[in-house]
Amino acid sequence: MLDIQNISKTFNPGTVNEKTALNNLSLHLNEGDFVTVIGGNGAGKSTMLNAVAGVWPVDTGKIMIDGTDVTRLSEYQRAKYIGRVFQDPMTGTAATMQIEENLALAARRGKPRTLRAGITKHEREEYRELLKTLDLGLEDRLTARVGLLSGGQRQALTLLMATMTQPKLLLLDEHTAALDPKTALKVLTLSAKLVAEHHLTTLMITHNMKDAIKYGNRLIMMHEGHIIYDVSGEEKKQLKVSDLLAKFQTASGDEFANDRMMLS
Amino acid sequence: MEVLARLANLPGALPGACAQGLIWGIMAIGVYITYRILDVADLTVDGSFGTGGAVCVMALLSGYNIWVALLLALVSGLLCGLVTGLLHTFMGIPAILAGILTQLSLYSINLKILGKANQSINVDKYDLLISLRWVKEWALHNPVFMVILITAVVIAILYWFFGTELGCGIRATGSNPHMSRAQGINTNFNIVLGLMVSNGLVTLSGALLSQYQGFADVSMGRGAIVIGLAAVIIGEAIFGRIFHNFALKLVSVSIGAVIYYIVIQLVLTLGFDANLLKLLSAVVVAVFLAVPYWKGKYFSKPVSKKVQKEDETHA
Repeated sequence: MLDIQNISKTFNPGTVNEKTALNNLSLHLNEGDFVTVIGGNGAGKSTMLNAVAGVWPVDTGKIMIDGTDVTRLSEYQRAKYIGRVFQDPMTGTAATMQIEENLALAARRGKPRTLRAGITKHEREEYRELLKTLDLGLEDRLTARVGLLSGGQRQALTLLMATMTQPKLLLLDEHTAALDPKTALKVLTLSAKLVAEHHLTTLMITHNMKDAIKYGNRLIMMHEGHIIYDVSGEEKKQLKVSDLLAKFQTASGDEFANDRMMLS
Repeated sequence: MEVLARLANLPGALPGACAQGLIWGIMAIGVYITYRILDVADLTVDGSFGTGGAVCVMALLSGYNIWVALLLALVSGLLCGLVTGLLHTFMGIPAILAGILTQLSLYSINLKILGKANQSINVDKYDLLISLRWVKEWALHNPVFMVILITAVVIAILYWFFGTELGCGIRATGSNPHMSRAQGINTNFNIVLGLMVSNGLVTLSGALLSQYQGFADVSMGRGAIVIGLAAVIIGEAIFGRIFHNFALKLVSVSIGAVIYYIVIQLVLTLGFDANLLKLLSAVVVAVFLAVPYWKGKYFSKPVSKKVQKEDETHA
């Protein structure tokens, strides 16, 4: 479904701040793969997701989504294929617009925006039903501004918006990192449920190694801009946090010490 | 006593102030679109307002019908917005600077359109839509009624437009460009489109003012952005808590402009030095812009217990 071929990205080339964030990275995802991504700070996890989403062009390499070469497409053009949830709950929704308007914007992702109504009566009913599945009471607040919602509510809403059009690819960029543990668990459970329901091909970055093992059918570990460990199926199910730590040390010759991954 | 004698002149000056306020109110609605909806401070307006006046007057002097003249003025505004939009999105120039560049170049263009610094148009010889002369007549062609009518049509069209898929895209772009791109919205296109719509209204307003006052002047738009911001802010300060509907918010901008002109009229009637007017406008706008900031910084109340609890139960 997703095919990343030898992509590289260097930020601030030719300056003292030069940083090679992605180094000849390749990754292939089969349809329905739910891949968790772990790695230390600066390993290139978010950079990889941003490269796929098209936030900026990559220096070299090719990105294919479901057989379509999207390397040269801009961010908004790729949105047709991709659903995204971000780390910061403020990023995924338009705070000054209503809940139903946000959903209506997402429902039109990948379609031309014309002079037809921005939201129809029929859609409102649909969204009410859809919001009921969240069980957060949002179905009674369709016209409330999203800025009034809590971080957890906003992430749940963003998840709905990301998945409602059946994207070919779902990108979750540490989307529970800014939430308290209880809310984070709720949002994670919801993510897993939506992924399973829609059979979505998913890349999920997390800094919680237990979550990385618990969710998904495949796990990749990144370091210095490429993948250093890739495990799936039965082998992944048997993984323990200590295995991952050991793996990281042997593969990178580095220690996780002082990294925030240790804390979780 | 002298003050009272001067105040006695005020009622006579009110219809004129209302008419001017309503005309500038259409420009202020344009400013609202960029400043509030698109979250861009567009300084093009200081130039494009004059462009609207110049195009309208020259079209009328060349013998075009009044409606054609207004249409041409509107189109000239779309073009002004297009230029600023492309400077900003295609050439990567910060929005404020892009607006300043267009504004500056429009001064030359306005001079070229007019051929000289100003051109007058006689209401007796040309079939104008509104004129200063009819401001106290009880008839439809009284500029106050006529401009209220035009404002109503403008607001109705904008209300419809910002409810469409395209209009929602513009609102989303202003609210959160990051989210908009992730939802497949071409933010650059929407910024350009929003600037075009905004400047279209600004030139329409300039065209109306040039008819009202009977002439177009190259610098008639100087300070327009400040007047527009003043109208937006006054409207929000007075009606912000009661008007939540989009159409009503636009109405409040228009009323804000009227209030601005009534206050100016009042200050002038009381004998304020007219040369200091622009300074006064700037100070008033600066203070009104600072108030919400100060409120947040020095008078912020802790979040009430009730709201906190609600958040917890919903989280």
